[in-house]
Amino acid sequence: MDWEGLEDGLEDGLFEKDDSAYVDADKMTRPSLTYWSDAWRRFKGNRVAMVSAVILLIIILMAVFQPMVSKYAYDEQDWFAINQGPSAEHWFGTDELGRDIFVRCWEGARVSLLIAFVVAILNGTIGILYGGISGYFGGVADNIMMRFCELIASIPQMLWVVLLILVLKPGIFPIILAIGVTGWIGMARLFRGQVFALKESEFVMASRTMGAGSLWIILKHLLPNAMSPIIISMANVIPGAIFSEAFLSYVGLGVPLPTASWGVLASDGANKLLNFPYQLLFPSLLICITMLCFNLMGDGLRDALDPRMRQ
Amino acid sequence: MAKYVAKRFVSMLITLFLVATITFFLMHAVPGQPFEITRETPESVKQALYEQYGLDKPLFEQYLIYMKNLLRGDFGVSMKYKSQSVVGTVTAGMPVSALIGFGGVLIGCLIGSVLGAVAALKNKGFVDYFVIVLAILGVSIPNFVFGSLIQRYFAVEWQMFPIQGWRGWQYAVLPIMAAAFTNIAYYARMLRTSMLDTMGQDYIYTARSKGLGQGEIVRKHMLRNSFLPLVTSLGPMCAGVLTGNFVIEKIFNVPGIGQSMITSIQNSDYTMIMGLTIIFSFISVVCYFIVDIVYGLVDPRIRIAG
Repeated sequence: MDWEGLEDGLEDGLFEKDDSAYVDADKMTRPSLTYWSDAWRRFKGNRVAMVSAVILLIIILMAVFQPMVSKYAYDEQDWFAINQGPSAEHWFGTDELGRDIFVRCWEGARVSLLIAFVVAILNGTIGILYGGISGYFGGVADNIMMRFCELIASIPQMLWVVLLILVLKPGIFPIILAIGVTGWIGMARLFRGQVFALKESEFVMASRTMGAGSLWIILKHLLPNAMSPIIISMANVIPGAIFSEAFLSYVGLGVPLPTASWGVLASDGANKLLNFPYQLLFPSLLICITMLCFNLMGDGLRDALDPRMRQ
Repeated sequence: MAKYVAKRFVSMLITLFLVATITFFLMHAVPGQPFEITRETPESVKQALYEQYGLDKPLFEQYLIYMKNLLRGDFGVSMKYKSQSVVGTVTAGMPVSALIGFGGVLIGCLIGSVLGAVAALKNKGFVDYFVIVLAILGVSIPNFVFGSLIQRYFAVEWQMFPIQGWRGWQYAVLPIMAAAFTNIAYYARMLRTSMLDTMGQDYIYTARSKGLGQGEIVRKHMLRNSFLPLVTSLGPMCAGVLTGNFVIEKIFNVPGIGQSMITSIQNSDYTMIMGLTIIFSFISVVCYFIVDIVYGLVDPRIRIAG
């Protein structure tokens, strides 16, 4: 086609040249986003998850500061105010020893949340190291290590926890240890799968060529790439640990008296449901709200970190 | 298939052996001496008790005797109530626990999967939001809180069912309801996710494009494929039924094995805890075994790989 002739044809003013199809391919039209800032942008856009995160933050702040500023101590007994309903004096009422339930709820939040977070970290660490080593080395080591996982997983986790706590004697630290050392199987399997998928990639080979050790590769190269499923599953461990603690308290293997935890408060309250329903209402409401927020935030995290999984 | 079953069976036996060993040594690592609760026990009585339970022998010999007894089906005798053997407790409590546990799973599975399927088919409809809320509530309320609540309302306020005990079918209603609640939430959520996943698959488009009606697609293509994760989850579910129902049996004072477990934990009845733990593990491992076989039957890819 004779393009020269077409250019000439524009001069008569009937047509004009359109440059809109011309794009400067080198110019960045939008700021470049890393994976994490992209995920954060998605998470911020999720109103339900954001509200849950804010509520959780408030609960954590209350747990940290309320027992400090409260005019009652969590184990302070008042024989003139036994089993009183909610009032201006005691917002959530008092229990059978005249202890203020409001401060006990937040003291309980300290214990329960501490247990939950440390358990999540412990599970995560053991699971990542175990799954990473198992998946990275493969072969016989992997086979033996996974058999061991199967052995532990073939029995309900609660039985292991009960056995361990009987050996260790009930307390905050034994509870953390017992739930922590029995609950990492899921995490180990998850990370092992990720390592299997990633360990043949070029960047691992490049790192190995430069003389990196196995542990370095697992922690520095494979772990960051598998971070999103790990965070999602950690967010699910926390509500599970809160439940486990509540179960142990109910069975009588919870934190020793007079320590308060949500499990202790709720199981004490459950025994007095007929006469003093408020004693169950407030602790269990707190548990429910916290669980709800963790679950909703977990869903939000999943959607933000792994958009493909959105349903 | 026979090879796959044999392989799984052997690994089941090994698991059971290891679990029994671990349990035995853990229980003997519990600090303190047995029979310490009664402080004033004279030395001679203590000695006689030790001999009766074989605790005077070296640990390893005790272990061998214990394992030998296990093989003969003798799980020991309670330390607290001497007339109670572990096997006796289990045979007495098992039917009750099984009724509540499997009743809860069955009802939970049925109602849950119907809700989940409807929620997925009518995505973003009323049932869908209901299922989402229910699923979240199901994982947010501790089961002893839910159990106590239905006890208060159904038994005390409205007097529809007896509060607690075990003297007839109406005593089973509330415990089963409590057991079913978590399961309904769990299965509804699972089936909803799995259905939505299946709906996006290519073979559904194929089925639609070759002119199949919606009913037929749902029945023949979606449901069959969506139920697979449900089958796998039944193993842990059946096993978890027992631990999950500790609390429910306790609340409704139902004479099941979960209740016995809680009582023996509270009494520090170590032989009983040990025996019950091994039996729970046995049930759990057998459940996994059966589910693996069923899964192998349903999905041919597994038995070839296994």
